[in-house]
Formats: sequence, C-alpha cells, structure tokens
Amino acid sequence: MAEEKKLFKVKIDGIPVEVEPGTTILNAARQIGGDIVPPAMCYYSKLQGSGGKCRTCLVKVSKGSEADPRPMPKLVASCRTTVMDGMEVANITSPEVLEARKGVVEFLLLNHPLDCPVCDQAGECHLQDLGYEHGADGTRYEFKRREFEKIDIGDKIQLHMTRCILCYRCVFTADQLTETRQHGILGRGEASEISTYIHKSLDNEFIGNVIDVCPVGALTDKTFRFKNRVWFLKPVDAHRDCENPKCCGKTVLWLRGDEVFRVTARKDKYGEVEAFICDTCRFDKKETKDWIVEGPRKVDRHSVISQGQYVGVHKPKDALPEVLDGRQPKLMMNIHNISQVNRPEIDLSRIEGPAHSDDFKN
Amino acid sequence: MGRKLLFDKAHIENIRYYDVYRANGGYDSAEKALKSMTPELVLEEVKKSGLRGRGGAGFPTGLKWSFIAKPEGVPRYLVCNADESEPGTFKDRYLMEFLPHLLIEGLLISSYTLGANSCYIYIRGEYAWIPDILEEAIADAKKNGWLGKNIQGSGFDLEIYVQRGAGAYICGEETALIESLEGKRGNPRIKPPFPAVKGLWDCPTVVNNVETLATVVPILRIGGEEYAKYGIGKSTGTKLISACGNINKPGVYEIEMNISVEEFIYSEEYCGGIANGKRLKACIPGGSSVPILPANLLLKTAKGEPRMMTYESLSDGGFATGTMLGSGGFIVLDEDQCIVKNTLTFARFYHHESCGQCSPCREGTGWMERVLKNIEKGKGKMSDIDLLWDIQRKIEGNTICPLGDAAAWPVAAAIRHFRDEFEWHVLNPEESQVRNFGLAHYADPLEIAAPAAV
Amino acid sequence: MFSEEKLNKVKEIIARYPQGKQKSALLPVLHLAQEEFGGWLSAETMDYVASLLQITPIEVYEVATFYSMFNMKPVGKHVFEVCHTGPCMLRGSDNIIDYIKKKLNIGVGETTQDGLFTLKTVECLGACGYAPMMQLGKHFREHLTPEKVDEIINECRAKAN
Repeated sequence: MAEEKKLFKVKIDGIPVEVEPGTTILNAARQIGGDIVPPAMCYYSKLQGSGGKCRTCLVKVSKGSEADPRPMPKLVASCRTTVMDGMEVANITSPEVLEARKGVVEFLLLNHPLDCPVCDQAGECHLQDLGYEHGADGTRYEFKRREFEKIDIGDKIQLHMTRCILCYRCVFTADQLTETRQHGILGRGEASEISTYIHKSLDNEFIGNVIDVCPVGALTDKTFRFKNRVWFLKPVDAHRDCENPKCCGKTVLWLRGDEVFRVTARKDKYGEVEAFICDTCRFDKKETKDWIVEGPRKVDRHSVISQGQYVGVHKPKDALPEVLDGRQPKLMMNIHNISQVNRPEIDLSRIEGPAHSDDFKN
Repeated sequence: MGRKLLFDKAHIENIRYYDVYRANGGYDSAEKALKSMTPELVLEEVKKSGLRGRGGAGFPTGLKWSFIAKPEGVPRYLVCNADESEPGTFKDRYLMEFLPHLLIEGLLISSYTLGANSCYIYIRGEYAWIPDILEEAIADAKKNGWLGKNIQGSGFDLEIYVQRGAGAYICGEETALIESLEGKRGNPRIKPPFPAVKGLWDCPTVVNNVETLATVVPILRIGGEEYAKYGIGKSTGTKLISACGNINKPGVYEIEMNISVEEFIYSEEYCGGIANGKRLKACIPGGSSVPILPANLLLKTAKGEPRMMTYESLSDGGFATGTMLGSGGFIVLDEDQCIVKNTLTFARFYHHESCGQCSPCREGTGWMERVLKNIEKGKGKMSDIDLLWDIQRKIEGNTICPLGDAAAWPVAAAIRHFRDEFEWHVLNPEESQVRNFGLAHYADPLEIAAPAAV
Repeated sequence: MFSEEKLNKVKEIIARYPQGKQKSALLPVLHLAQEEFGGWLSAETMDYVASLLQITPIEVYEVATFYSMFNMKPVGKHVFEVCHTGPCMLRGSDNIIDYIKKKLNIGVGETTQDGLFTLKTVECLGACGYAPMMQLGKHFREHLTPEKVDEIINECRAKAN
C-alpha cells in the first residue's frame, strides 16, 4: 500500500484546512472557498510560472509554521508562497492586508482608462470586480494617463495596451501553448508594453487563448468587437469533435437567438479556463450547426452575466398597492397609444433572449 | 592614520599588474587556502571574521555561503556583483580599476570554498573600459597558474568570465542579475527559491559584491579572528566608503569601522570638511536608498551619543531617527542644497530604473516623481505632501524586490525630517524658484529627552 | 553581417556558458552588434543576433528594449550622456546640461543637424565623487566645467574631420 501523504494543517482567517505539501496559500484558500479567497489578477493555475506580479493577493502570514512560529516580516504574495505545516494566514481579517490591497488596486487603476462603457470586457472584467470590491471611490492621480502607440496584431485579436495591467499571462500562454512566441513585454518600468515590436499579426492555432486569459480588456476578440454586451448574450455549453488533437473542443457559445456571437473556452468560478481551445473553434465555427449544444452555462463568477440569465432573481414584491393604501390607480393615458417604441402588438415574452431594437422593426 | 586591509598596498605604483601585486604578497592568501586549508576551514575563517555583505544589505557572508545547496553532479556558481549602480556608490569601480588582482584572488578563494568551477563577474555596462582591465588581469593570473585547470597543483579548476550589463540598476538585485546573465530582461525572480538553491541556470549560486569578495583576501591573510578585532561589535573590519557631494575631498576611502561620522566628514584624512566653507545640512550615508538625515541627527544619535561609521550606530533609532550604512555611498549636502530637489532626482532615478514587473513599483515610482516635480516647481499643494507619504507607504514592503523599498525610503525620510522645507515650497511657490530654504534649524542641537526616572 | 573576426568573438563568448545556454551571450553580442552596425539596433540587426544565438526575435526585442544602453533609434556620432542624479546635481550638473544645450543648440534627446552630437541625460553612472560627469563612448569624462565641455566638443569635431 502506498504510504499516505502527510497533509499540512493550515488556517486562513481562522478557518482550518488540510492541504498537500507544496500547495500555495492561494490554492489552500480556494479549497476553503468563499470570501477568504484572495483576488488574483496575474496568477493563473494553468500557466506555469505565472503569479507574483500584480500583488493583489498579498496576505499576512501571522504564524510561519508549527516548527518556526515567527510571523513573516512582510506581506507575501499568496499565489507564490507555499504553505507550511501549522501556518496561519490572515487575509480579510487583517486590516493591514485590506489597506495594502486597496493601495494595489489604486496602482492598477492609476493609468487604466475608464472606458468600460466602450470596452468589450465590461461585465466579465476582473479589474472591474476588483475595483468594485476593494477600490477607493475616486482616484487621487492628477496626471495624464499613459498612452501607447496603437499596434495592429491581426484580424482576430484586438490589443488595447492602455488597458493592460502587465500580468504576463498572455506571454506565458504563447510560450506554453504555441510553437513560437511572437509577442512579448517590451520596454521597461512604466513604459513596458505588450508588443510584437515590428508590427505583425499573431498567427498560431492556439494564440486566441490570450483573449480568455487576459483579466482585462487589453486583448479582446476582434470578431466580436462592439457586436454586443456580454450580459445581453446567453452562454451555452457546447462541443464539437475538433480535428485538432490538442484542442478539447469544449466551449461556451455566446448566443442571441440562433446567432453565435462569440466562442470562448469554459471558465471556472475563478475565471480560469477549464481547458484551452484552438483558434478554429474560437474564430471559425460561428454557426450553431457547427456545435452540439449541451445546455445553458451558468457563469459562476459573480457577474452581471448571470443576472442577464435571470438566474436566481426573485420577482420583486409589487409595492404599488401598499403605497396607494388600497386605492386603485386610474389610467390617465395609455402610453402604447403614442409611443413609437413600445408596441402593444409585439409580445416581449416571445422574443428569444433580451429584446433588441431590431425586434421592433417591421 | 586608520588601519587599512584592502588599500594597504594601493599606493604602490603598478600594483594593478600581476608582477607587482605578486611581489607585494599578492596571491599569498590564495596559496594558503589552496595548499593548506580545506574549503570548510576557509568557510570557518570567513564566519569567524564576521564579514557582512558590502553591497548594502549587510548579511553575514559566511552564513550566506553555508546555505549553498550541494546536490551531486550539479555545478555551483559564484557570481560577482559588480553592477554598482546605487547613486553615491563608486567604490567597486576603484577596486576593479586599480586592484583587479585583489578581486581575482578573492574570487579564487571564494570559488574554492564554495566548490564553484566557473565564476562570472557581472559588471555594469557603463563601466565599459573596466572589462578590458579585468580580462587582462585574468589572462595574467591564468598565465601564472592561478586560474585554469589544477591551480597550483591543488586539483582545483576555475575559470573567471566578465559579463557586461547594459544599463539597468535593477540588475544589482541578485536574482535580476542572474536573469540578465542568462540573457533575459532584468526582472527579479520571485523568492523562494533562493539562488543558493536555484540560481544561475537553476544551479546553486552565490552572488556577492566586489568588495565582499575582495575582503576575503585580507581575512585569510590575517585570520578571521584577527579581522574581527577591527571595528566595533558586529561591524567588524574595514569598509570602503565612497564620499561625494559638497565635501572638499570626494573619493573612495577605506575606514576602520570605529570612527565617528563627524571625524569622517571633517578630518583631513577623509572628506576634509564641507566645501567652500559652507555648513553641513544633511547627509545620505549609505547610497541614495537609505534615509537622509539632517545634520543634527547625523552627527549625534537621538540619545545624544556620537554617531559612528558602523552598521549599528548608523541605524540607531531605526528609521525614526536613524539611517543605514548600506553600500557606503556617502552623499553630503551643504546648506545651499534643496532637499526637495535632491529627493526629486532620487524619485526620478527609481522611476527610471523600475523594471515594471509588479504594480506598486511600476505605477507608484512614477507617481511620486510627478508629485515631487510639482512641489519642486512651486505647483504643489499641502495635500501633496500627505499624498506622497501615503504613496511611499503603499509601495514599501509590497513589491517583489527591494527596489520598491529603495524608492520609498528616500521620500519617506525627506518628509519625516524636512517637512518644513516641503511646506515652504508649497507656501512660497515663487520664492522657492529663486532661493533655497537654507540650513534652517537642521543643524540645531537636539533636545535630549531626560532618562525616565526609575 | 559580422566579419570573420567578430564571428569568432561571438563563438568565444558563447563558449563561456554551458552547452545550450547560448542565450546568455545576448547582452555581450548586442553590445558588439551596436558597435558594429552604426551605434543602434535596427530590427534587422536584432533579427540577425537572434539567428546567431538560435533564439526567437521577440526574445531579442524584449531584452534590447529593457536596457538603457541599447539605442533603438539612430544616434549622433558622439553621444553626450550627462548624469543628472542627486550627487551630480549637487555639484552643478544642471549648469553643464544647460551649457551643452546652448553650445550645440539642441535639446535633451536631440541630435545636431550634422549628425555629430546627441545630448542625453542619464541616471547615475557611478562616478559621483568626480561629478559632474558624462559618458562619451567607452569612457567617462569627469569633473566637467564649461571649459572642459568646450575641449571635448573640439576634440570630437577634430576626430570627425
């Protein structure tokens, strides 16, 4: 019989968990789940070498281990620090951590354009969520935000360098999934940028995965650009028998009616893809007949997308009778008689998915 | 005259050449180590000497060496950090330019101790003429049997190579240096693993500063115990101090760590006093990243004791009233200098040198520079001073490598001790453009708190 | 393309590292290439270096753009790199920079019309005790004064003629 592996006992925010030696604090926290999981903008469990850079997952190690209980002198990146037996970690129970995290969020947003209204990532952007949960109300930065010379990296992927938070995930993706990496981090410090140096299109059968790993709207799907907001689409799990042996063929189709607006890999509750997909699946199979649809996809991450599916949303209590104290309201004017938009002959409940202005055209 | 261990023969003409160096006792220490000592014995001597890393951190060298992993069949490397880039620091350059064989002898003894058969000197790219000097010295040492195969019949092999950087302060951080040596961007690695386990090409590696490695030579010559008798307490031996700024005699000095800061600044043997008959306003005694101190706190500790040129005395009082010995880059400011402007140049430096890998440093260093620039140009607000304080606090301790701390500390210390001057800049936007704040009260004797009654 | 002699130098550099670690030669070979091909690194030069070291071009671009000594654009024949960090500033480097600007009639980062001089400000070069100073090619010029700057400019002009 194989020798049983000794598990390390760890406490995160007072919650005990037993994990295998070599597990990072972040992954130990993910095993517990819930609010005590530190946010991660650069770490990606499927990409070797990722993590440590964004500093949003900083935590306090208040007890190093059973053998050496001294606390660690500085906050540590939970994604790159492995647990020790008896370690005690404070995340949301440490004011120091929350303060530092607020600082990191401010740094990440310092030069980030607030162009969410025109950004295709809006609604599924990790920086939006992070800013909402941990950020300050406003910026204290009074200087011009950084700009970059725009570069074209091809007809499939759109690069918006101003939105990039330099997580390096796309670089690891290209290194680990494609034959040769054609883009990288150029320049230094504040002027660092994702680029190809000499303008050229990224061309590789797996390069589209950089879109899925990008935590912000720096790399988006050009074939989906400005076509719709993600929360107006209905995600469904689908698969096809992909001819590429390295592709799992399991995807999410983002539909409106029968129309496939975009194809992505399936993501877990931390926003990480479950398995990478090839560019043929992502960019070239844009018809439902290409796919075997399995059923609706529940987006696990708290997100407006799930709200778009009306999942778990209760019908609000009708407050009107209460307010009117039993009196019956009298209809002064039927708006349908004068409105150009609200057409009584169109039954909204018959429309597939959320309504669209095209539905009202005769 | 203070006792010298590194520069004791520096005055001898042509000491930079092999024959003269050898004729004056050069390579005697290496001979002693190779012929009569085991690596363990050499390590023991280095431990006994109390030698601490001279690059800035002051970590005990013997202890660092004892951490090196020794897996079977895996090469080990010694890397000499000659990327001297901390503003105010120019001591290693002097050693390499004028005493190259002292360094090579130190590398030989250290490599022997660590069991490294290849050693790389990573030198900052701007010192473009020094690799020629080092390579010539390496060739001469090799010709005379001090490098190559089976050195002096000991069975020990060593090759030393010189690698030039290309302009990046961050490569002075040991893991960034290793990355750069591997032909990559100088992005510091996330530790652990430490270089002693996984360093150059994933092999066990020790990275030490030039001065640290050269110091191994006198330690073996006089013995670790004897070396430890130099200096005070845990600040054993001698230290090279590169003095610059508004002093009469800028230059590189070897001091025994038992003299006072006052003696170092004012004696004829060292800095020779403040230039042009001016008065001392402030000093950054250990390279740009260590806290700046006003004259009164520099010369005397908060307890009223004379401040000494030792690791302990300079850091007496912590960051509240003390500073650090750091790399020994001793920058002196006279009464005509503007603290805001000086701080701005350091903030600009760290902004320029940030590798950009982690967000607090990438975003925060530029922000600090811009806010400081506004204050310096008379466009600042009172709230900017508190903002600066808050930015540096959010960088410090939250970055991958110590560059974040190095960028935060000078700003923090300048505000801590010279807040009046910052406020004066904000309140007098026009006047501050044409005259300096001056010495103000920064040299006034400090009130010493009476010891609490027992 | 490198000459036979330079190619041998490249081989010698690669031999300093263990087998398969030829990427380590990148910085030294980029220095060589910059010296050899007009004082800056064009995309073609970098692609050539990549082929010599059997690495991908992006690996070279990433590294070349990181280090401040590699010029990504053409520069003048003589580049004045004047330090303006704290210790040099304390000894009057701002005056030296202003003097050079006036004398050569160019701003920082600019090149004279004849392509002879480029003025740059740089961060600490490790010559703080000999301030103010600048780097000119392979060497440092220290204890600068307006008179010394004049001498240096004349010396460079004489070399060009």
